[in-house]
Amino acid sequence: MAEVGIRGVRKTYAGGFEAIKGIDCAVGDGEFLVMLGPSGCGKSTLLRMVAGLETISAGEVSIGGRVVNDLEPKDRDIAMVFQNYALYPHMTVYDNMAYGLKIRGMSKADIESRVHKASDILELRPFLDRRPRQLSGGQRQRVAMGRAIVREPKVFLFDEPLSNLDAKLRTQMRVEINRLQDRLGITSLYVTHDQVEAMTLADRMMVMNGGVAEQIGTPMEVYHRPASTFVAGFIGSPAMNFLPARLTASGVELNGGHAVPLPAGSGGASAAREITLGIRPEHLTLESGQGIGDIAVKVELIEALGADTVVHARLTSSGDPLLARLPGSARVSNGDTLHFAITPGEVHLFDRQTGRRL
Amino acid sequence: MSRRVVFPNRVLPYLLLAPQVAITLVFFFWPAFQAVRQSLYRDDPFGFSSRFVGLANFELVLSDPNYINSLKVTVIFSLSVAVLALVAALLLAVMADRVVRGKRIYQTLLIWPYAVAPAIAGMLWLFLFSPAMGTLAVMLRDTGYDWNPLLNGDQAMAMVVGAAAWKQISYNFLFFLAGLQAIPKSLIEAAAIDGAGPAKRFWTIVFPLLSPTSFFLLVVNTVYAFFDTFGIIHAVTGGGPARATETLVYKVYNDGFVNLNLGASSAQSVILMAIVITLTVIQFKYVERRVHYA
Ligand SMILES: Nc1ncnc2c1ncn2[C@@H]1O[C@H](COP(=O)(O)OP(=O)(O)OP(=O)(O)O)[C@@H](O)[C@H]1O
Ligand SMILES: [Mg+2]
Repeated sequence: MAEVGIRGVRKTYAGGFEAIKGIDCAVGDGEFLVMLGPSGCGKSTLLRMVAGLETISAGEVSIGGRVVNDLEPKDRDIAMVFQNYALYPHMTVYDNMAYGLKIRGMSKADIESRVHKASDILELRPFLDRRPRQLSGGQRQRVAMGRAIVREPKVFLFDEPLSNLDAKLRTQMRVEINRLQDRLGITSLYVTHDQVEAMTLADRMMVMNGGVAEQIGTPMEVYHRPASTFVAGFIGSPAMNFLPARLTASGVELNGGHAVPLPAGSGGASAAREITLGIRPEHLTLESGQGIGDIAVKVELIEALGADTVVHARLTSSGDPLLARLPGSARVSNGDTLHFAITPGEVHLFDRQTGRRL
Repeated sequence: MSRRVVFPNRVLPYLLLAPQVAITLVFFFWPAFQAVRQSLYRDDPFGFSSRFVGLANFELVLSDPNYINSLKVTVIFSLSVAVLALVAALLLAVMADRVVRGKRIYQTLLIWPYAVAPAIAGMLWLFLFSPAMGTLAVMLRDTGYDWNPLLNGDQAMAMVVGAAAWKQISYNFLFFLAGLQAIPKSLIEAAAIDGAGPAKRFWTIVFPLLSPTSFFLLVVNTVYAFFDTFGIIHAVTGGGPARATETLVYKVYNDGFVNLNLGASSAQSVILMAIVITLTVIQFKYVERRVHYA
């Protein structure tokens, strides 16, 4: 059981490229932290620094209160699941799982009981004598998980463990990992670029962009109060609508004169200020009684998905594009003019220049 | 994973194979056949006639103490060359794989010796270790060691083994390096996280994964030591002193082309051929079982 501390961590690669530009994060004991971000944002780099596979250029990483910057991976008491699983191809499933225990000098009987326990949890019993190449992708993935859990480490590190699986298997393994985490309660750092994985698995998530942590918070915080336009656009599907707007004393004024009154106490500005207004597609409604504002749009395209209907439209006043997700029962057709209202409390205001939340 | 290519044309595949088959026939099967035939005949001293003698040549060869000596020399020589060349190449490959800066330069330089012809490699070693003028021989003697391969058979053996292994190291190095680079880095990292230090990682992960390469090289090196080292031995020791470095191949040459005893020489080459075929079969049958093809 251990907490993980990441303090002012930076990484500059040999070529001079700064992949991590100063990240702070404290991961609590037993917490499941998901690192999420686009390709190349430095997720793997940060994880590998915690594992000890990359040197730490500046700052400090601690595990269980002990600074581990100068410790070898083997002395950090961590286990890692790799994207390509990294199973030892010349060993059986049993030996793959037992390898780390053998090296640590555990007795044969203890090794066997641990491997058997793990293979029962992961339903790997029938495959213990097989080589990795004789397994399906999903089975290999489970062996990789098994190799990590038999070690009973202080911290689990996962680098996109599910990204090589097909959609159905991924959902299944996601549930499995969730169950394991509840059962074992081991501190975990989990890298992914799949937001559904992140939202469903995370106790807290770190949304990364270009080597910095844009926001660290619970999935609900990140969804309902995104810290920047980047986070707001990255989380949620379809992505949030961003409309250029001006913040005035009376409320928000869209291009072309549409006004959205702000609920009392949510700010407003004495001097008019250029902002970006963010509205999630699912927070637009046709029932004027259930929302604030009145945004007139002309429908351009309709995607009926059954449960939902996604409406692509343009503001009649300015021509800015707007996406709305309506219940599947909504009766709309191309060319209609609709009037949208915004669900109260779901109006997001961002500084136009910095992109930070106001 | 057996995918078969099906040619619509029935003749084309044979045409494509023809050059390879022709070369094998002309340069291997024909001489081999000649050797077998020749080994059953004996020439008169003037080379005017030859008569069929059955297995008499083989009897003669196998009862010759010089031949038994040559067999022993060959075993020692081949084993030493193969082991030395494999171990040294593996060591160099592991080191070169770890180098970060100037990796390419090291790798290129290490490959060069392979481009040197055997006889020239032999001459280089001869110059370096010649008791009269060799640079390294002088240094050896300065340390108080009595270095004289012209008189001392063991030293002569060490010298030809060194030269033959040196020439083969580059070849082995190339294969080992490619083998090392084909091992996914994440495997090594996983082992490091599992708690294995560098030595443990090498013996439990890297070495087993290199076994197909090692096995292939063992076969190649044995055949090399048997056959392709003639040039080196010829240049460095000429089989001496007192037959201390006379390998089977060298003896075939000596008896056949120097002493012009064609029958005995042919009988020896037939035996040699049988030995190499047996060795290769054994290697494939028994050693390969312990190899893990990933
Ligand atoms: N060894 C290296 N040397 C130099 N630059 C590197 C090295 N490894 C990674 N980088 C760079 O660092 C940045 C972050 O890489 P990293 O692998 O952490 O990305 P990632 O967020 O894991 O992306 P992905 O989702 O594609 O796996 C990238 O821009 C990459 O090009
Ligand atoms: Mg990555």
